[in-house]
Amino acid sequence: MNLVIIKYNAGNIQSVRYALERIGATATVTDDHEMIASADKVIFPGVGEASTAMHYLRERKLDQLIIGLQQPVLGICLGMQLMCRHSEENDTTCLNIFDEAVKQFKPQQGTGLKVPQIGWNTISDVKTPLFNMVPENSYCYFVHGYYAAKGEHTIATTDYIQPYSSALHRDNFYGVQFHPEKSAVVGEKILTNFLKL
Amino acid sequence: MLTKRIIPCLDIKDGRTVKGINFENIRDAGDPVELGALYAKTGADELVFLDITATNEKRKTLSELVNRISQNINIPFTVGGGISSVEDVQVLLQHGADKISVNTAAYKNPQLIADLSKEFGSQCVVLAIDTKQETDGQWYVYLNGGRVKTDTLCTDWARQAVDLGAGEILLTSMNHDGTKQGFALDITATLAGTLSVPVIASGGGGTMQHFTDVFTKGKADAALAASIFHFKEIGIPELKDYLAGQGVRMRK
Repeated sequence: MNLVIIKYNAGNIQSVRYALERIGATATVTDDHEMIASADKVIFPGVGEASTAMHYLRERKLDQLIIGLQQPVLGICLGMQLMCRHSEENDTTCLNIFDEAVKQFKPQQGTGLKVPQIGWNTISDVKTPLFNMVPENSYCYFVHGYYAAKGEHTIATTDYIQPYSSALHRDNFYGVQFHPEKSAVVGEKILTNFLKL
Repeated sequence: MLTKRIIPCLDIKDGRTVKGINFENIRDAGDPVELGALYAKTGADELVFLDITATNEKRKTLSELVNRISQNINIPFTVGGGISSVEDVQVLLQHGADKISVNTAAYKNPQLIADLSKEFGSQCVVLAIDTKQETDGQWYVYLNGGRVKTDTLCTDWARQAVDLGAGEILLTSMNHDGTKQGFALDITATLAGTLSVPVIASGGGGTMQHFTDVFTKGKADAALAASIFHFKEIGIPELKDYLAGQGVRMRK
């Protein structure tokens, strides 16, 4: 299989590559339009800041390329947020693959809930083959200060301060807010499912 | 619900896991990658690798080690020890580290925290603080692996670091480290109750009850320990079962 990870100015790309290697898949990390367009599967990972990342994607016309992809695409963390319509993080217009707004978690006084959310939380109401054989309320690893609200594209829900979309899906596009590459065996199962789509 | 985290810490010297008592008396505890993979399999929520090697070759050996860890471990890990520049961090992240921890270099140059969080995001910047309660009852910041005392209060430095962009605080009580007499509950609760970012408590965990205490009374978001795990005094699965039984939210 020809598997590509989109290279851009966001962190965490190596971890995704190594996670794929652990499940026996080899991925090419590239920003080459031709290679991305012709891949069987595309992963759009990332940890970073939304406006800087979008600026970088636009400069290299990767934004238009990503929107037009026909093969299965998996956005991870910032990657998923960039696939939404808009992010409150520096008021950034994003790719609008998922017609959802990305908002900032508001810290709740007295609850002990910190922002960003860092750590293991459950995913529930899981839908689509991305979550085949993934039990309800499995634990995944999250690190994020912004979240996508629940909407028509929601395929997994997590509760932190309020319920929000921990995964989104539309057509060939999938996005997960958590880090499957760091979510132990549950994450490996989800990555394996993606490769089978 | 978000769970509390159990974090084994591996102190690395010349590529081997070591553990000192009160920051001294180093004992060998095995290959860090093998040990880390074992912890990941048995339910550790995260790992911390602190490199205490002090040689010129350090930078290269550390990035090679990070590479091996990243290829073999499916949970998040933090790397620390002698990190003092954006370039240092760039290299470690490129080799697969998820977060880095800074300590002395950040104290000497607080702008480093701002630079790192701007470049890589706060979520990736852990500020490690070694602190000691003196006879005046106050907790002071110590540097250079606990060898150099400063006049700065732990609470002041932690608050400043969070304002600069630190995403987590790794708090080690030098009074408690290596004693197995329990975590420093008061200073942990003070930081965890006032800072907007998670606090990882470190130093003194010896029994399972100590972990209950640090999560309930100490309000810690995560607890870190080393030798009790390395020398199999407490197994991670039994610890997590015990804590869940005590009403502490745990990933199982």
